Amino acid sequence: MATQHSRSAARIMISPAVVLLLAWMIVPLALTVYFSLLRYNLLMPGTERFVGFLNYKLFYQNPAFWTAMINTLLLVGGVLIVTVVGGILLAILLDQPMWGQGVVRILVIAPFFVMPTVSALVWKNMFMNPVSGLFAEFAKAVGLQPFDFLTHAPLASIIGIVSWQWLPFATLILLTAIQSLDSEQMEAAEMDGASPLSRFWHITLPHLSRAITVVILIQTIFLLSVFAEILVTTNGGPGVASTNLTYLVYARSLLNFDVGGGSAGGVIAIILANIVAIFLMRMIGKNLDA
Amino acid sequence: MGRITLDKVTKQFGDVQVIPPLDLTINDGEFVVFVGPSGCGKSTLLRLIAGLEDVTAGEIRIDGKPATDLPPAKRGLAMVFQSYALYPHMSVRKNIAFPMKMAGMPEDEQKRRIDNAARALNLTDYLDRRPGQLSGGQRQRVAIGRAIVREPAAFLFDEPLSNLDAALRVGMRMEISELHKKLDTTMIYVTHDQVEAMTMADKIVVLRAGNIEQVGSPLELYRSPRNTFVAGFIGSPKMNLIDGAEASKHDAATIGIRPEHIDVSASEGTWKGRIGVAEHLGSDTFFHVHDTGLAETLTIRAGGEVGLHHGDTVFLTPQADKIHRFDAEGLRIA
Repeated sequence: MATQHSRSAARIMISPAVVLLLAWMIVPLALTVYFSLLRYNLLMPGTERFVGFLNYKLFYQNPAFWTAMINTLLLVGGVLIVTVVGGILLAILLDQPMWGQGVVRILVIAPFFVMPTVSALVWKNMFMNPVSGLFAEFAKAVGLQPFDFLTHAPLASIIGIVSWQWLPFATLILLTAIQSLDSEQMEAAEMDGASPLSRFWHITLPHLSRAITVVILIQTIFLLSVFAEILVTTNGGPGVASTNLTYLVYARSLLNFDVGGGSAGGVIAIILANIVAIFLMRMIGKNLDA
Repeated sequence: MGRITLDKVTKQFGDVQVIPPLDLTINDGEFVVFVGPSGCGKSTLLRLIAGLEDVTAGEIRIDGKPATDLPPAKRGLAMVFQSYALYPHMSVRKNIAFPMKMAGMPEDEQKRRIDNAARALNLTDYLDRRPGQLSGGQRQRVAIGRAIVREPAAFLFDEPLSNLDAALRVGMRMEISELHKKLDTTMIYVTHDQVEAMTMADKIVVLRAGNIEQVGSPLELYRSPRNTFVAGFIGSPKMNLIDGAEASKHDAATIGIRPEHIDVSASEGTWKGRIGVAEHLGSDTFFHVHDTGLAETLTIRAGGEVGLHHGDTVFLTPQADKIHRFDAEGLRIA
């Protein structure tokens, strides 16, 4: 790839892929932006007309908007904290030589293979249900009042469910990173008088920084658009207590049949995702440089 | 102070005995080299002394105090690893400071020791770089620097030069020897390279399968190897070992004669053979001589300007007082 000639040849050869990907992205984006500027309600077909930024104004003035924004960020942040901290601890645990290591590792990875709707329903009906759930049984067994998770702590419950799904992913990535740590480095630190805790802090954690960055970036992409778990458990409620931006867009376009308003919400979600991405890359992107 | 005593130290991994009961004393200020073929247990022995492995039985004493159950950090020893084991995310300065930081040493004392070590090891210009930006030799020096600042009772080196190229290896060999002269601290050095052992050691410990075959100064080992293993291991090129009828003439099962103790002539001598490969090094010439009827190949060292070549017939005469005699068990006959 050194000469002028081979460079331009390379550019020509990758151009079909670039054009395809660009079209793939631009067409839906352009359509969404276009719809967001129209009055476009499925209940009133044939009345579409250009309304400028009215849809954005209405979406923004919706009392649920700021709640949904904050819920989105709380959901992403909460799940990230739980999965990264839990993932590091689990990875360290799984890295220890123990009996039945292979089976335990498969068990830990299993939640990742359960689809979101199913796992959310399992949590809702078998664990968190205040009448027949397992947690209610535990509470009753020690003489406590059963706690109705999805009514009294809806967002925290959803954070719990989503964390449970993503913990295996974080654990897996961090486990492979831990296994690539040079054992002589740990021994050197041991000789240097570092306690297990300071070995973790000064050697293991910096070694994991790149893997943690990867986990945070990949998970953020998916967590900004959490939807199925909310739909099958709380339907965004009670009220709007567990509505995130994705769910609000859904409610606008498919419950109120307001395509214009939904599209405006979609564009706002894109802007939010980009703001989050910029902040993340600023904060932790440097870890990815070799 | 750094006097290390091993008393019947034993190490087992599962059912496999890696180190059978072993006694060894390392005196203060000595440069001791553990040498042996790979898998002979020399690294394990070093790790036992360091405390990175637990001994199965026996006792380790450092300066007379029992250290068998002490954690590595409490033994006052510093180790330089084969892979250097530098902390990749820390600058050179922080790498060197790490053991002092862990010991909670005051900042200004840390700084003083870092500056001293950097000056001694020519690292002053590199203190703010990361290990990844250094060459192999510089990384090696950082690893040594990290060991020096602790002012340990003894330094442990685990094959520290095996990742360096040949030219750098010779240079670092000298630097480590000079460091030993300057610090006058006990050093234990593990290598499989007998040249490193011969050039650096005050005392060489030759190991085979966890057993100590012989302990002594480099020249003691060269002059009077205790058995055929040490005879073949120490010295380069290897000693020629001859058995059969020729050995019986000297009342031995095996006789050994070093390449440099055989005289070469084109016309007359005790043994006759044909030159196979001739390696002309300029200062010396090594001949691999075949068809002598004594051994498959005899290696001979001659002067650099000997006019003999591949295919020539040569006559060899061993220097009678330099013949080593070994019995059927391979032990030296005095």
